[in-house]
Amino acid sequence: MVKKIIDQYGKDGVIVVLGSPDADSSELYAETLINGDPSWLGPLAGVSLDLPVYHIMEPEIKSQIDPAVYKEHLELLEIALDVEKITEGLNRVRQG
Amino acid sequence: MELKGKRVIVIGERDGVQGPAIEECIRSAGAEPVLVQTQCFV
Repeated sequence: MVKKIIDQYGKDGVIVVLGSPDADSSELYAETLINGDPSWLGPLAGVSLDLPVYHIMEPEIKSQIDPAVYKEHLELLEIALDVEKITEGLNRVRQG
Repeated sequence: MELKGKRVIVIGERDGVQGPAIEECIRSAGAEPVLVQTQCFV
């Protein structure tokens, strides 16, 4: 599906926002969407899309969300997710 | 990364933040969702 979207819109101005529950799954999504499927099994095997990947809870993204909307949808989840670890994991993949 | 004016591929997860919730949030920041999914691995 992601590849279809990129074929349709191109990569310019397209970013990915994740809602994954932990650092490991966030890293795996980011690795796949930046460098291609590391398991070499899915449709993105060998396809390096090099997309900007962020998590919805990362401070850089969170700060741009309307506070009322954030409160309604994300505030409670912030307690359950380890945002610091997720951000660390994504930074690792983004920095190569 | 500024969200305003960006096209966004939303990959939510049932056990984390679900796609529609992310969609609402990024819309409020001026971005356009072009794909919204919620993964479930159960």
